[in-house]
Amino acid sequence: MDVSSPRFKQKAVIALANPTLRQALGQSRKGFVNKRAELVAALPEFEALRDQARDVKNHVLENLDHYLERFDSAVTAAGGHVHWARDAEEARNIILGICERVQARTITKGKSMVSEEVNLNAALEARGYTVVETDLGEYIIQLAKEPPSHIIAPAIHKTKEQVSDLFEAAHGGPRKTTVADLVTEARLVLRDKYFKADVGITGGNYLVAETGSSIIVTNEGNGDLTQTLAKVHIVTSGIERIVPTLEDVSLFLRILARSATGQETETYTTLSTGPRRPGDVDGPEEFHVVLVDNGRSKMLGGKFQDMLRCIRCGACMNHCPVYGAVGGHAYGWVYPGPMGSVLTPLFVGLDATYDLPNACTLNGRCQSVCPVRIPLPELLRELRHQQHQRGISPPVQRRALGVWRFVAERPGLYQFANRLAARALKSLGGRDGRLRHLPFAGGWTALRDLPAPEGKTFLELWHARKA
Amino acid sequence: MPDSRSAILRQIRTALGRGPLSDSAAAVDAYRQAHGLPPRAAVARPLAGLPWPAGFAHHPGPAGKDEQMSVTPCLAGIAEIGSLMLASGPDSPTTLNFVPDHHLIVLPAGHIVRHFEDAWTLLRALPGGLPRATNIISGPSRTGDVELTIQLGAHGPRSVHVLLVEDGPAAGG
Repeated sequence: MDVSSPRFKQKAVIALANPTLRQALGQSRKGFVNKRAELVAALPEFEALRDQARDVKNHVLENLDHYLERFDSAVTAAGGHVHWARDAEEARNIILGICERVQARTITKGKSMVSEEVNLNAALEARGYTVVETDLGEYIIQLAKEPPSHIIAPAIHKTKEQVSDLFEAAHGGPRKTTVADLVTEARLVLRDKYFKADVGITGGNYLVAETGSSIIVTNEGNGDLTQTLAKVHIVTSGIERIVPTLEDVSLFLRILARSATGQETETYTTLSTGPRRPGDVDGPEEFHVVLVDNGRSKMLGGKFQDMLRCIRCGACMNHCPVYGAVGGHAYGWVYPGPMGSVLTPLFVGLDATYDLPNACTLNGRCQSVCPVRIPLPELLRELRHQQHQRGISPPVQRRALGVWRFVAERPGLYQFANRLAARALKSLGGRDGRLRHLPFAGGWTALRDLPAPEGKTFLELWHARKA
Repeated sequence: MPDSRSAILRQIRTALGRGPLSDSAAAVDAYRQAHGLPPRAAVARPLAGLPWPAGFAHHPGPAGKDEQMSVTPCLAGIAEIGSLMLASGPDSPTTLNFVPDHHLIVLPAGHIVRHFEDAWTLLRALPGGLPRATNIISGPSRTGDVELTIQLGAHGPRSVHVLLVEDGPAAGG
């Protein structure tokens, strides 16, 4: 997928001026946030589960080689195949190779963010395969030729009317206008595809090292129909999605749905262990797992290792005021919101993604809801630090920081400058104490006034009170 | 007297809506009639021997595109969040769990366990180890992908119905 992150600011401005998008985002996010809060309040041990989940993930990351090898052996023992992909191109080639060997024509897909990450659909379509996304949200945005704007609710930015338009154009009339009719229409169209499919591709929420099982968690059942009815099932998953045992799976099942959609559980949790067995009358004849690295192993042992704990629940974006205002598309790549603002610079480079770590108020809500306690604000701050060190941040900002540093390192000068600035701003603020224009703060004052300082610095007030 | 004992127990179980496994054939047929479905279902093999009413056609699967109803056993009911765990195998095709509009699951009371962890123990104890597909099902298929409006029957069953019975087919399937 192309990276449009360099145009974050332009896209954010366009998004902010789009009332339909703002309405769609406002309603749905509130639903996620409120439902999560209710369920978390009803489960007193939720905070302890978050600690455990963080610890299990840390343990896995510290022993990732061991667990990946165990998983590989267990999949092979169950009759499946594991493929290791260093980068997006290797992942695509592995999957293209399988599709070619089995002479596939129709390929159905359950939801897989890794397949978005490696830009799989474009590669498959370029070879002439018919690719059908079966998750309703993914199907909608496939018809709209758009990337997902949310990792678990990919069409969250679309209104019902927009979906009606898309379906009418794709399926032919009569136009459906209720959610029930739209869902039924998609059900009928997609049902044929499942039965026709040669290859079914799904993601993997968890890979169980003990058993060699890959697990998907869905509400629709589309992933299950995809993988059960196709001749070949291919799982695409990041190398970090591994858990040691089934007991660890229970732990993550207890936090995933609550964090993601505010449900106690998603409707379907499915463990897939190898291909069809002797005597089975359904199920795929081949079972493949493509383990995708694509930059993950480089994050191990470094400042961003914590990010590899991510279970892709979306809670961070549901609670992010910036995501809530601009939506997912402004972020310009596969992963939006706070987790995307950390992952995108790491995956596609700091240069093309300057705005992402800076499109954050460091309010900390993401960290406060992250089920695996990823310190997202700290990681975003670290990215800003690296941008500064590598000279990627704008020259004006760098010079300003240089000046600030010079002053801040000299307490006498710092206090003098502060006193001067506080008094100057007070007098600029006039009688009502509001600043309507301010050099270097045009972005703020263009839309609202800035309250002027009271005239005395904090230190002055402190000393006055102590005296 | 043994007769009184069984009569009282039977009365209690009827009042609680729990009958012997053999009652489930009639319960399935009553469900079918209530929903206006034809007398036909994909019925997993362990339940084929139930006293199905005359004229009720059943086959062991797999479920085809137009299958409207299926009846399956399950390995366990998980009380923690109200889920059913089904294991795939020659006698329990996975398509029965996802293709038909109506999925009826026979759950013997003794198969109910408290937590996921108890269910994993049952799973590991299966003769062939972990089945190819283990489906943990917690209700009908649903989607919220259009304006976050919950709509049932996105792709899989629109209706999942549990028949709680006193005894049942041995674990498996």
